[in-house]
Amino acid sequence: MKVPSPKLTFWERIYVVEIIRGLGVTMGHLLKNLFRQSEMPTVQFPEEIKPVATRHRSRHRLTVREDGTPKCVACMCCPTACPASCIHIIAQEADAPWKEKKPRVFEIDLLRCVFCGFCVEACPEDAIRMDTGEVTIVGTRREDFIVGLDFLLHGEGNAWREGRPEEKPQPGPGEPLLPPSTPEEESGRGPRQVLRPKLPSAWETVREVKP
Amino acid sequence: MEPWVEWTIMGGRAAVAWVIPLMLIPLLVWMERKASAYIQDRTGPNRAAILGLRFGGIIHALADVVKLIFKEDITPARARPFWYNLAPIVAMTFALLTFAALPFADVLRVGGHEIPLQALRLNPGLLWMLAIGSFGVFGIVFAGWGSNSSYPLLGGIRGSAQMISYELSLGLSVVGILMIFSTIDLNEIVRAQGKLLFGFLPMWGVVVQPVAAVIFMAAALAEANRNPFDLMEADSEIVAFHLEYSSLRFALFMMTEYVHITVASGLTVTLFFGGWQIPWLTTERLTGSAGDLALAVPALLVVLGLLVLLSLVLLAPTRRWHRTLQRLYVDARRHEAKFWTVVLLLQAIGALALGAYLFLNPPGADGLAAITAALQFVSFMVKVTFFGFAFIWVRWTLPRFRYDQLMALGWKGMLPLALANVVVTGFVLLLVGK
Ligand code: SF4
Ligand code: SF4
Repeated sequence: MKVPSPKLTFWERIYVVEIIRGLGVTMGHLLKNLFRQSEMPTVQFPEEIKPVATRHRSRHRLTVREDGTPKCVACMCCPTACPASCIHIIAQEADAPWKEKKPRVFEIDLLRCVFCGFCVEACPEDAIRMDTGEVTIVGTRREDFIVGLDFLLHGEGNAWREGRPEEKPQPGPGEPLLPPSTPEEESGRGPRQVLRPKLPSAWETVREVKP
Repeated sequence: MEPWVEWTIMGGRAAVAWVIPLMLIPLLVWMERKASAYIQDRTGPNRAAILGLRFGGIIHALADVVKLIFKEDITPARARPFWYNLAPIVAMTFALLTFAALPFADVLRVGGHEIPLQALRLNPGLLWMLAIGSFGVFGIVFAGWGSNSSYPLLGGIRGSAQMISYELSLGLSVVGILMIFSTIDLNEIVRAQGKLLFGFLPMWGVVVQPVAAVIFMAAALAEANRNPFDLMEADSEIVAFHLEYSSLRFALFMMTEYVHITVASGLTVTLFFGGWQIPWLTTERLTGSAGDLALAVPALLVVLGLLVLLSLVLLAPTRRWHRTLQRLYVDARRHEAKFWTVVLLLQAIGALALGAYLFLNPPGADGLAAITAALQFVSFMVKVTFFGFAFIWVRWTLPRFRYDQLMALGWKGMLPLALANVVVTGFVLLLVGK
């Protein structure tokens, strides 16, 4: 294919004028950013934490009932739905008469997880959610990323949205499962929060809940 | 003068000419990263810290050094060891040697002696610059050949081809300067630029030879292998001629690039922007040897006063910055503004003390000469740093030339223009009757 190149005028062809104009443009950017550093779009990550949109799929957590027991009934829907086969559940008999099973081991290998959210969709009990807002998952060994029942239930950041311990309001009938994101959240330019950097938490690996 | 004094002075001159380009490397690297970041609306590097103080990213230069020293030094199994090892040494040596002939102040006359303030006092200084400067490409060619790998070889070939085409325009653009100042001693060229044209305009090369200045700067960019002429380092097509190098050998190449910038801007400044000349203040006026006003001390006092003023003006934004830092951070960075406050205050106090001392003890002829040399040195360094920044600025503005465009520009554009400039200059000189 022949792409016609645009015809240049004489002043464009001798470069010098256009080069000086270009230099003006770049110098404008340089000076603007030098003197208005706070308006720069860069987010200084560990110090400034951009609020995660409500619909963002972040690290999983397991929800609990009012009596503190996990909602999960070990129905095996989520490991079946998981495309990465990274959920590992061992069930045991539940003590309550109205449910058959509960998990003895519930592990998610976050390194294999593709954060697709299928497990959340598959769960009949609303027992697993991906709304912790945790996107920085830190570890020094592979085993650090295999999170167990205890961590998923009570781990750091599990209260929905940091600093808001109350449970997310349940959607009423006919309402969408997740609230629509605010325009602020969508653009990622929400109010700047400045938090202290979190230390890498020493995560529990396999931990069994005593029956 | 006793021989040992003479040798010490000679060593000192050599050391200064050696240290200037080397000390400018971290500064230029920092400017390159920060300026490119700001031009592209990024923040640039700001993470490396000493005791939590980050100094706007300049610490990254130190971090780079540590990283490059401790990287594994790999020689490819199929490399030609002799050329491979020689290449970075050649590149760096010739880059540094080129700087040696540049005068960084006028000849210093103290106690009846004359000390030229340049490492190599050569009568044909300009020829030295052109000759040694073009040796630099051997580093690139050797690297390309010695690596025994196709991409570096392409880079080396491109480098030599480009050098041949642009060396011509470079040399021809300088001819105009030679015709006007009728000398090739660099210091004399700079001295001649202290004269005034029409009684008010400093007779800088750029004023009397504007076309040559533009051609020279473009060719100097090509000589320094900088964008838009960095064909041998075109990262997006052939990676670079130093693709096979790692660790300190690579560091040498990278440093050479910045030494080349210093040399190119030093040469531009010397030939076209008055070298060490301070506009309207020639050495004679500064030292008063021609029965003129001795302006060195007042000039220095003005500089010191400006320094004090600048420090005091900068204190206000520093205070605002301090408050921001206190609000933002819990780590050592909240003390950065305090550090700069102390630096600014010390600077102001030092300048005031120096000014007061000079005011109370007026220096003699030797003192005046020394102050003049210092002022001229500062003038030279300010200009060189500015042009170093300008080369960086150009790099982040212009896209790279395609290879055929590069050759077309060199042979069909700049070479005829440089030739025409020589002819026109000759005619004008004939008419003026010089
Ligand atoms: S998010 Fe997807 S990949 Fe991750 S555990 Fe759930 S189903 Fe598996
Ligand atoms: S789908 Fe829900 S209830 Fe079933 S095993 Fe998974 S988390 Fe538990």
